[in-house]
Amino acid sequence: MKDRASLLLELADDELILGWRNSEWTGIAPFLEEDVAFSSIAQNEIGHARALYELAARDLGTDADSLAFDRTLDDYRCAPLVELRRLEWARTIARHWLYETADAIRLDALKASSDPEVAGLAAKMDREETYHRMHAEMWLERLLATDEGRRRLEEGVRELWPYALGVLDDELRTRFQAIVRERLPFELPDVEPVPRGRHEAELEGLLGEMTIVRRSAPVGAQW
Amino acid sequence: MGLTGNAVGGRLIFEVFRQERKGQAFMHGGSFHAPNREFADAYAREFYARRGESVALWVVPREAIVEIDEFPDEFDLKYRRVDGYSIKARLKEARELAAENATRSRDAFSAKEA
Repeated sequence: MKDRASLLLELADDELILGWRNSEWTGIAPFLEEDVAFSSIAQNEIGHARALYELAARDLGTDADSLAFDRTLDDYRCAPLVELRRLEWARTIARHWLYETADAIRLDALKASSDPEVAGLAAKMDREETYHRMHAEMWLERLLATDEGRRRLEEGVRELWPYALGVLDDELRTRFQAIVRERLPFELPDVEPVPRGRHEAELEGLLGEMTIVRRSAPVGAQW
Repeated sequence: MGLTGNAVGGRLIFEVFRQERKGQAFMHGGSFHAPNREFADAYAREFYARRGESVALWVVPREAIVEIDEFPDEFDLKYRRVDGYSIKARLKEARELAAENATRSRDAFSAKEA
């Protein structure tokens, strides 16, 4: 059984890093309306990360910013799925949909937690995630509606599938697999998940960029 | 209703009307492109309600709007218009007439006195 802080950090790191990756579309999304919508989703994810870090920080005797920005690469607990840099729209939608689907299962479990703070925060996040899921689902539908969209989405999902399986623990993964296979009109193989705890090469660049301003100021600087 | 016309790159134009407070009239807020109604729902929230600036939205495909912009008035029936017709000249005329009448009756009175 994981302690509360580890659980919160996994979730917070997922949300922070995915929020960061999604924000890379700001200004270059396929069209203006989507640019605003996807940037807003990215902001929401980072907002969730902040709330989760704050809760974890209380248990660990530190603060949210230190957890978000001052740890070393090896200390991050995010799933490799969110670390991948995929500035290609079909892959971005594939990841978005796979992540939101997994996240919904995880939040459901957390909402039933006996810890009222965790259950409360999960419920609060879930109210925003409902909108993210709607957004992911409508894009999935749109890509599946044309031959090219479907082909590119399938390529993206196949590539990300082992990574997506690594987001959830064994107990929740079976449900995730069932939901994904039920929804997608193509077969997905049984593969080994890419587990949490190892990192993709591109995480290093992301962390470098994400912390550049914080590192440029003296420790303890007030903003 | 099939949404097909007015598409730009597979997207349609939607017009948004916002209500700022409950009970108030909906006012036109602006427009945006979206591929279909589901996207329009999402984008309308982002553009017109995310900051708590609206309590309700009407999101309408532009092609559902009937636009009328020709109103012939061949006989120049200006009195029907909301801006009416100019009464400036007639008012001036009336004032002059009133002043003239006043002078005339004063002169008549003075003549009687004398």
